[in-house]
Amino acid sequence: MNLLLVLQNILAIGVPFSVALLLAALGEMFNQRAGVFNLGCEGIMAMGAFLGFLPSFLLKGSALAPWAPAIGIACAALAGILLGLLFGLVTVSFRAPQGIAGIGLQMLGWGTAGTLSRRFVGGVTGIPGIDTWPIPGLSKIPFLGPILFSMTPFGYFGFLMVPISWYVLFKTPWGLKVRAVGTHPRAADTMGTKVARTRFQALMLGGAMAGLAGAYLSLAQAKMFADDIVAGRGFIAVALVYFGRWHPLYILGGSLLFSIAQSFQLAIQVLGIDFPYEFAVMLPYVLVILVLAFAKNSRLRGPAELGKPYNREKRV
Amino acid sequence: MNRTYRTLYSAAIIIAAAAAAVGIGALVLMAIGVSVPETYRVILTEPFKDMYGITEILVRTVPLILVGLGIAISFRSGILNIGAEGQMQIGILAATAVALALPDLPKWLLLPLVLIAGALGGALWGSIAGLLKARLGVNEILSTVMLNYIAAQLHGFLLRGPMIDPAELQVGSGTPQSMRLPKAAWLDRILTGYRLHWGLAIALGLAVIVYFLMWRTTWGFRMRAAGAEAKAARYAGIRVESCLAAAMILAGAFAGLAGAIEVTGVHRRAIEGISAGYGFSGIVVALFGGLHPAGIVPSAFFFGLLLIGADMTQRALSVPANMVLVLQGAVILSIVSAKTWLNDPYARDKAVRKMAALFGGGRK
Repeated sequence: MNLLLVLQNILAIGVPFSVALLLAALGEMFNQRAGVFNLGCEGIMAMGAFLGFLPSFLLKGSALAPWAPAIGIACAALAGILLGLLFGLVTVSFRAPQGIAGIGLQMLGWGTAGTLSRRFVGGVTGIPGIDTWPIPGLSKIPFLGPILFSMTPFGYFGFLMVPISWYVLFKTPWGLKVRAVGTHPRAADTMGTKVARTRFQALMLGGAMAGLAGAYLSLAQAKMFADDIVAGRGFIAVALVYFGRWHPLYILGGSLLFSIAQSFQLAIQVLGIDFPYEFAVMLPYVLVILVLAFAKNSRLRGPAELGKPYNREKRV
Repeated sequence: MNRTYRTLYSAAIIIAAAAAAVGIGALVLMAIGVSVPETYRVILTEPFKDMYGITEILVRTVPLILVGLGIAISFRSGILNIGAEGQMQIGILAATAVALALPDLPKWLLLPLVLIAGALGGALWGSIAGLLKARLGVNEILSTVMLNYIAAQLHGFLLRGPMIDPAELQVGSGTPQSMRLPKAAWLDRILTGYRLHWGLAIALGLAVIVYFLMWRTTWGFRMRAAGAEAKAARYAGIRVESCLAAAMILAGAFAGLAGAIEVTGVHRRAIEGISAGYGFSGIVVALFGGLHPAGIVPSAFFFGLLLIGADMTQRALSVPANMVLVLQGAVILSIVSAKTWLNDPYARDKAVRKMAALFGGGRK
């Protein structure tokens, strides 16, 4: 057996797998840079996955079918924005503890997606989804071509979000505001930055990206919807933000590492290794725990005010 | 006068929070095109129609009380345990393994052993997250969530492989389930013909014990102090890290015991889906019960009602049972929001002043 070909096949699956993690983690990065720890990411992704899928399912065979994925993507992003707003209402306006509120949002999003899908879809059905779009020329490069340049447009968009996020976060006034309200909200407030408004904006952006991440799962990756399609990727994305030290580039590295760990189970099947399937599925989750355990020793810290609500009326 | 206004303020917030939770549920119900009042009516009243419904509520109340108690201990001590689902599954596996390994022991010995094994299994699983938090500062929410996924895979692996009922392999249906437990490991049922079992008494007894442990002992005071204000607790000489680890281990033990009781009392073998989301519902139960045993018991009953009610609406009105998750999520968001309003003296005084200006009375 040609090992290189096997490796190529695994990476050609693993690299596109990383897009959902990447989009969600970049969104979560904006939330956390603004000081909000959004564990509801998982729930937003579930809603995004369902709404991304629904138009393709309902419009199957109609004249609008070619537009269905685009409509789905728009719906997913919109739902993400709305859920981000809801989370902002609870954690920014009402200053509720973010960890537990995030679990609430996760249940709400997951439950709603499940309820709606049982009503409108029923069982698990496939959809055409989004086709791959090999880049002419580049996709012919041996080894790298099939891995990096034979993805769906949605996949390219995901990777494009890395430099865009970097630019927005570090080179625009808005990005500076985001980092300021996450690091020292009182100073930002004193300088005239609206802390709550900036946090809300970051949550809307993060929510939209989590929604897109979900839509990627159902439209480009699995091409179907099931209740448990997200399977903890939202939580992994949150962990990836820690792992990636709140920086888009490291987050990209982390996403690739985890998605390749996830495609490891495919490698086992392809190579015919006698290894329990369940332990292969476990691998990424074990990896998250290990990474979190070792990330603690790093000297780089996260946003100083991460997870702390800001109350401008409170005396210091 | 101000006192009345303060009560009014609290009441208004609680009502608003309840309305928000019910309203979010209503939005989803409207989206799937079913009658909102009818659904709520079926969920809240249908289970009370006969003995079966009432006993089934109580069957669900038992694990909810136990998981809720454990989660309350952890939350009170300043560590958030989202891992009850996984801890419960490990408890189920440990209890089943012990029961199947020692089938010849007499009941008075085997049953307690099995329940203790379940609790130890859960405690072991909880200790991973607890120690990671205490030693390395690993975010316990993320680690417990990950441990849930790992436990689910472990559970599946053992039930499909080493622990599968040999009979399943012979007849070839291959259902992932263990052998039936020996009768000596069965928790007796309270009424013949219904699944309600004596685990209810265990759960209620433990609720009392948890109250005394957390509110009437120095140890409990230390735990709560560590959770209420870690800095002050540390200054007072309390070893906060040990408290966090202990809380997580204890929470795991409660979840594991809940699993063991489900196996010995209800299913009598390990099968997939015993934990059935109790680990997550327990979070809502604990929060809704004010993180206090006296609140958790009625709260567990209420969510037991919601769970069985949702099953009934699925059959009667074809509302998917996932609806329970929606309600639980909405309840969590409402509770945490309401709590900050209730505990914010500035907001309260502002509201009281406004009411005083509107209706008379005034500041003293």
